[in-house]
Amino acid sequence: MSGALDSRSVTEAPGRVPAAVPTRGPRRGRGLARVICVRVARLVGLLFGVSLLAFTLVYHSPVDPIAAYIGAEASPTDEQLAQLREYWGLDRSFAEQYLAWLGAVLGGDLGVSRLYQAPVLDVIADRFMMSLALMGVARLVSGVLGYALGVIAAMNRHRLLDRLICWYSYTLASTPTFWLAILLLTLFAVVLGWFPVGLAGPVGVPGSEVTMAERFHHFVLPAATLSALGVATIAMHTRERMLDVLDSDYVAFARARGEHGRRLFRNHGLRNSIVPALALQFAYFSELFGGSILAEQVFSYPGLGSTLVDAGLGGDVPMLLGIVLLSSTFVFVGNLIADILTVLIDPRTRDSL
Amino acid sequence: MMTTPLLSVRNLTVGFTHYTGTLGLRPRVVPAVEGLELDIDPGEILAVIGASGSGKSLLAHAIVGILPNTATVSGGIDYDGTPLDSARLRRLRGREISFIPQSVNYPDPLMPVGRQVRLTLPRSRAAQLQQALFARYHLDEKVARQYPHELSGGMLRRVLFATGVTETMRLLIADEPTPGLHPAALQEVLSHLRDLADDGAGVLLITHDLIAAAAIADRVAVMRSGRVVTVESSSSFTGRGETLRHEYARRLWRALPRHDFWEGVAP
Repeated sequence: MSGALDSRSVTEAPGRVPAAVPTRGPRRGRGLARVICVRVARLVGLLFGVSLLAFTLVYHSPVDPIAAYIGAEASPTDEQLAQLREYWGLDRSFAEQYLAWLGAVLGGDLGVSRLYQAPVLDVIADRFMMSLALMGVARLVSGVLGYALGVIAAMNRHRLLDRLICWYSYTLASTPTFWLAILLLTLFAVVLGWFPVGLAGPVGVPGSEVTMAERFHHFVLPAATLSALGVATIAMHTRERMLDVLDSDYVAFARARGEHGRRLFRNHGLRNSIVPALALQFAYFSELFGGSILAEQVFSYPGLGSTLVDAGLGGDVPMLLGIVLLSSTFVFVGNLIADILTVLIDPRTRDSL
Repeated sequence: MMTTPLLSVRNLTVGFTHYTGTLGLRPRVVPAVEGLELDIDPGEILAVIGASGSGKSLLAHAIVGILPNTATVSGGIDYDGTPLDSARLRRLRGREISFIPQSVNYPDPLMPVGRQVRLTLPRSRAAQLQQALFARYHLDEKVARQYPHELSGGMLRRVLFATGVTETMRLLIADEPTPGLHPAALQEVLSHLRDLADDGAGVLLITHDLIAAAAIADRVAVMRSGRVVTVESSSSFTGRGETLRHEYARRLWRALPRHDFWEGVAP
């Protein structure tokens, strides 16, 4: 809102001759530069806040990173423990620890994961690709399918098809991710044996030797779980919007001009009804992050979600903070994409960026 | 009548279902238009006037077939001497039957207005015809690339005309096409409607403006509470309306500021 007011006050500053017809070119250009600057500043603030919060929580967490690292078998002496504590900098104060981490991050170094004994960035890059594949496919399938079901339901308002789609959506929307995952696993992996029970490749085969077919085979159930759940929300939001569109004056006018059926949908339905689906798909990246963690746990799928859980339980602070930073950026970028797409589709919302 | 009327509305009733009773389950149909009868001949302008809520727009929407799903319609509409069922209506809308809506909210908010005008034009000549239409309604070519929310009410009125009026039109349903227009533009719209009728089209002009209606229409139908109370010749709306056949029409005419209205207000 403030953006809209500011940009207006710029064009109407004293000394400027107000144009009879609002000239949008230069104003939009200046507005876009401002929008990007404001957004980047917000992202920096967000990352700082989120990392500080995460660090505070980890600092006060009951998990002792050293005990988690060493495990139950080894029995180190107190002297060894103190050395390790000093080596990891755990003897320093909260502020010192956080600032040391912050300084390294600003220098581009996210640190070394204690659990994986590898640079955090490398681990994240590897796991992120696995998660991205899972999320990407789930988003795409749920988006396309959900939108189509929503439109079909609205076009058949109160008929059998509409009721079936609503029933399916309400049922799935109230289904917990992990439960659906276990159900699919029980049916397709255990009873029918069509798909493997977990992991991203066959057991005992190094990651570099897993074939695409094997990857796909392992990928189907987790992707199906996440897609099926995404479909419900998108379908219901799209249905609502599409009902509004069908009742709108502009659709009545289009009908009065002889448009009907697919032509009417292509000309007026698509653009006017797709915004909720797009906004949900991009703005709720976070939802999928959460959902993906649960699904990854059930399927033992080595994505970012399960890595995050391991890092949290293992007191692997650099890993945890690295994932927190990445997922915050991801959610932020998702929102930005949603906003930009909305403005591209609906020019009336241009001032809301 | 010797010739077949272009449009003939017979005993048209439009009702809306309300749910009443303690549980809200008992349906009750509330009629909004009841037993309405109208004829329009080719080359004729029939003005329909009446207070807000008298059912004028519902009549227009019923003819064009864009009433909401909750409406129940009975009675008959004949076009060119044969019943206008929904299949036939779907073929004729946008070709022979044109509609100009009442509100400037009727264009699609997410499509530049030029494209909306081109949608109903024959594809091969769409760009050319749209430019000609825009020139005809004094719309700048730049307007074609603008979205409805970027245009003024008066411009949108002209866009609605450009969208609704086609070359092959034989019947025009114009639902209050004039509010928000300045006097010169109003005059132009009215004479444009007259031209369309003089070229052979039948025009149903729904309006609040009795003076305008009397000036350009051939006949004036007066609606009240969902019924047509009288159809008067427009030439009767003159002087103090002595030749008007119906008392309600006479009262409407005399209530205009330039007639007896001031006598009632003056001390």
